[in-house]
Amino acid sequence: MTRALRWWLRRPAWIPRPVRAGLAVVLGALALLGFAAPAPGSGGAGVGPNGVGTGPSSGATAVARSSPIRAQATKLPFPPGANDPTKSFPDSPQLRAQGFDLYESSCASCHGVALQGTPGTAPSLRDVGAGPVDFYLSTGRMPLEQPREEPNRNRPLFNRQQIDALIAYISQFGGPAAPTADPSKGDIAYGLHEFTLNCAGCHQIVARGGMSWGLQVPNLQEATPQEIAEAVRMGPYLMPRFDAKTIDQHALDSIARYVLWTRKPADAGGWGIYNIGPIPEGLVTWWIALAALVLTIRLIGERTA
Amino acid sequence: MSRLERKADQKLRHFVRWNEQRVGAATGIKMAMRYVFPDHWSFMLGEIALYSFMVLIGTGIFLAAFYSPGDSQVIYHGPYTLLRGEQMSEAYRSVLDISFSVSAGLLFRQVHHWAANLFVASIVLHLIRIVFTGAYRKPRDLTYYVGLLMLMLAVLEGFAGYSLVDDLLSGMGLAIAYSVAMSVPFIGAQLAYLIWGGPFPGSSSFLPRLELFHILIAPMIIAILITVHLALVMRQHHSQFPGPGRRERNVVGTPMWPAYALRSIGLLFAVAGILFLVGGLIQINPIWEWGPYHPYLSENGAQPDWYIGWLIGALRLMPNYEFAIGNHTIIPNPFWGGVLFPMFVFGVLFMWPWAERRLTGDHRRHDLLDRPRDRPVRTALAAAFLSWVALIFFVGASDRVFYRLQISYVGQIHFWRIAIWVIPVIVFFLTRGVCRSLQRSGSHPLRAWQGVVLQRGADGELRLVDVSPDRDTPPDTEEPVGTVPGQEA
Amino acid sequence: MNFLARLVSILLALRTVFRARPRQPEDEDDAAQNGADAEYDPSEREVPNNPSAERLVALLLIVAAVFGFGFLAVYIILQTNAQWLGGTMGGMLVALAVACIIAGKKVVPQETHVESRDRLLKEEEAEQVVEMIEEGGQGVSRRGLLAGAGGVAGAAFVAAAAAPVASLGPRLGGIHKTQWHRGVRLVDDQGRPYLASDIEIGSMYTALPEHGEPEHLDAGLLVVKLPPDKIHLPSPRQSWAPQGILAYSKICPHAACAISLYRYPTFQPTSGPPAFTCPCHYSTFLPGEGGRLVFGPAGRSLPQLPLMVDSAGYLRAAGGFHEDIGPSWWNVHRGES
Repeated sequence: MTRALRWWLRRPAWIPRPVRAGLAVVLGALALLGFAAPAPGSGGAGVGPNGVGTGPSSGATAVARSSPIRAQATKLPFPPGANDPTKSFPDSPQLRAQGFDLYESSCASCHGVALQGTPGTAPSLRDVGAGPVDFYLSTGRMPLEQPREEPNRNRPLFNRQQIDALIAYISQFGGPAAPTADPSKGDIAYGLHEFTLNCAGCHQIVARGGMSWGLQVPNLQEATPQEIAEAVRMGPYLMPRFDAKTIDQHALDSIARYVLWTRKPADAGGWGIYNIGPIPEGLVTWWIALAALVLTIRLIGERTA
Repeated sequence: MSRLERKADQKLRHFVRWNEQRVGAATGIKMAMRYVFPDHWSFMLGEIALYSFMVLIGTGIFLAAFYSPGDSQVIYHGPYTLLRGEQMSEAYRSVLDISFSVSAGLLFRQVHHWAANLFVASIVLHLIRIVFTGAYRKPRDLTYYVGLLMLMLAVLEGFAGYSLVDDLLSGMGLAIAYSVAMSVPFIGAQLAYLIWGGPFPGSSSFLPRLELFHILIAPMIIAILITVHLALVMRQHHSQFPGPGRRERNVVGTPMWPAYALRSIGLLFAVAGILFLVGGLIQINPIWEWGPYHPYLSENGAQPDWYIGWLIGALRLMPNYEFAIGNHTIIPNPFWGGVLFPMFVFGVLFMWPWAERRLTGDHRRHDLLDRPRDRPVRTALAAAFLSWVALIFFVGASDRVFYRLQISYVGQIHFWRIAIWVIPVIVFFLTRGVCRSLQRSGSHPLRAWQGVVLQRGADGELRLVDVSPDRDTPPDTEEPVGTVPGQEA
Repeated sequence: MNFLARLVSILLALRTVFRARPRQPEDEDDAAQNGADAEYDPSEREVPNNPSAERLVALLLIVAAVFGFGFLAVYIILQTNAQWLGGTMGGMLVALAVACIIAGKKVVPQETHVESRDRLLKEEEAEQVVEMIEEGGQGVSRRGLLAGAGGVAGAAFVAAAAAPVASLGPRLGGIHKTQWHRGVRLVDDQGRPYLASDIEIGSMYTALPEHGEPEHLDAGLLVVKLPPDKIHLPSPRQSWAPQGILAYSKICPHAACAISLYRYPTFQPTSGPPAFTCPCHYSTFLPGEGGRLVFGPAGRSLPQLPLMVDSAGYLRAAGGFHEDIGPSWWNVHRGES
């Protein structure tokens, strides 16, 4: 064993020194390039007029609804349909007070002490309602480190109780009730149909995620029906939003049912190799099938030239 | 001889004589049985392709019995619940049937698709071996051209095959193929209308014609080309690496009967076996998950099968150049990546033997192969060209790289637009340097074999003999290169 | 002028690279390369004596048989389970493969033979072939006339043989026409018509022509609504977006994929304008600016369809497309931009 190791360490280098040096330079340059590459969301996307944030107005009182909205969100969540079920969150004065404390320490620096937003940095949270708060916080997308960062799914900073507190606090500032979805009421075939038409262009046909210009589109394997309902009605980040006329409650239930199904699709053919299509299929062709056969012919044939 | 052996001998004799009385092929059979195959493992890559083709024919006949090339829209009422009530073409429905209702249908579908992928992959690997060992030189340039034609046909055939299914993924691919056809200057629209029978998605005769191409025309042409290819190989005898006793004018190897025939049949079983194992255990093209194709639908991350990946890379990399003069669009954008690029790659491949003859002045017949290191410039050029195509191929998948590694897609495209020209130049110099260094060091990089073997001489003694191809004289006439431990000289 | 001179000198330099080297003789009779090496003959024949290998081969054949019968059983009982079917069939074939290979390497005699390659070009025979062909033309005097007439006949033959291919394809007539003209109502994929009041900002809608052919390429539309401050259409198109509702062809003018990605920011200052992106090669178009391309390989902007709202509040096309939808080709109508 040690003999083999010694032989390995002492065998003559068959790549000449200048070539090795060149390789090191090239690989190092490529590695640096990888680090220097711009983070998604900030690269490639044009940016609109950008007022420099002057920070939240000083001396704001806890509920200063008379302060003007400094930075309006470009889109707000749609309300659930008139007769559609909604999700109600716990509410109490203690929760609101706790929510106020949490908000001031974790959110106000960007979203403003009076939820008025900061131009060029973060939108106002007035009139957003419970849905967006629940969605962004339970998926850990908020709080964001940097305003221009892409809000991706992350480990949530707050536990359920704290999220409820924040919901209770922020809901005071207006906004529709949160939608909800019940997968058991949905029709999975209708869900596939609606998902293909409205969602697959970004999220991929079996919800494995993908990309668009300047953004990453998440896969939905961890999405819960509640998160799905909230996302569909509000359109988080760059996602479009869908109202109850376009995607009614039955469609919403069906889409949720389909998305849950995509966690374990009907892989009748065996190992699904991540269900993203020809890329892993090509990898299997070369690195499993052809590799096995090359091994076979090396066993059959001679190896010396 | 035992009784069993005597009976077997009798039966064999009877069988051979029965044939001879009718066909009289003994001379030919003897020649075939004596036919010599050089033994290097890399000479069997072409056989992998041949045997995958056989699996394709066998599984393809099965599938053709159940496939229906209709584009009329039907409502699905079959066993797959997620598509119940969905509107789809008859063709797609027939493939759903094969996948869910026909016994062993899904197995044969998957084996067929894996075999198609393996067919093209083994041809490409075989082509790489041919180029890097100089096997395309006279008299084998004709064989090489036939092989390139087969590669082109295999790629087209595979694309046609998975497009017959009319699922969302392949339908998107057909739309792109239509746009590439349209992009041919001047005659593009006529060409596209000719193939599709009208504007995309085509007339109701498009799928039947595509099926005709896929199950009859292309397999027939490929089979004829395979026959020509093998006939040429047999006529010229297979090439071989230099070695003890191996000269330009002889072939040294294993005769067909019995050893090589058994090994080759074993390889056939191995190809079929691995294809059936992969076909049953690893899913490919789960079309029920993609859903049926409609021109107003698409999905993120749609990709063609791997052997078209170089084209999607080229289409994505190309900046939006589209030249128009007045009312005429001289060069629509898909032309660059979809027509010019593959034509250029195949053009270089076709011209390679002629270019080498012209640049080296070597018009002699060659039957001995080069180790790649023996021709550093050729190897480096081939490696650089291969890296150029391979990089463009990998760029085709760069959206998933973005997804996995969170590197900006726009940044990647800008980087690769430069890098695909810079990296091959680096590869050229690197490869040339490695070849020269390997030549100097005389070592076999994979196994550090110095070309010395242990031999028992006529006197029964063991000695170490140098049989490496680099030495000048045959081993038996040389002094031993060392002593065997435990033995005196 | 300077540039031209430099270009010419580069081309001349390239020419020296590709100029043919002096042609070396085509030696079929190179003595040094010829024949078998008189001193070293690599032929050998080794008759193995390997009963354990033979037993192994027999065992593998039995294993193959077990797998084979297993396949039959699975086929009859399970019928459609691809994993069991593939596993048993594959197992049988792999066992057979290993058996054959072991037999081929360890059981049957291992031989190395030397065969000679015969000459391909035999000078005499090649000459005789040329002479025989030419003898067939003895006595023929009007060769020029025959060659010319033959050439004409050959060209006509090729043309006549190739011409029926044209039967396969229809005429190009109507290539600029689409299903969309003034008054056609926009419906969803279930056939329900869109009211203008249905269309909301930040949402995305796919529309098809009412009573039309949804499977045709020209059918699909993307409909979105933008707030007035985000709409900057060129002046001829000011009336094309009633109530800020914009309609574009859903088919990418690059390679005909359906454009199905729509990004609408929640907060524009940190994330850019609303945009359509095609999933195939990521061509990106701005609906607020008449479908202008901002990234990707498409050579034209996305064609826009003028809209109007009828008296009942339904969305209808106010006219046809002013440029061709779908991929570019020689005579494609490119539109104003």
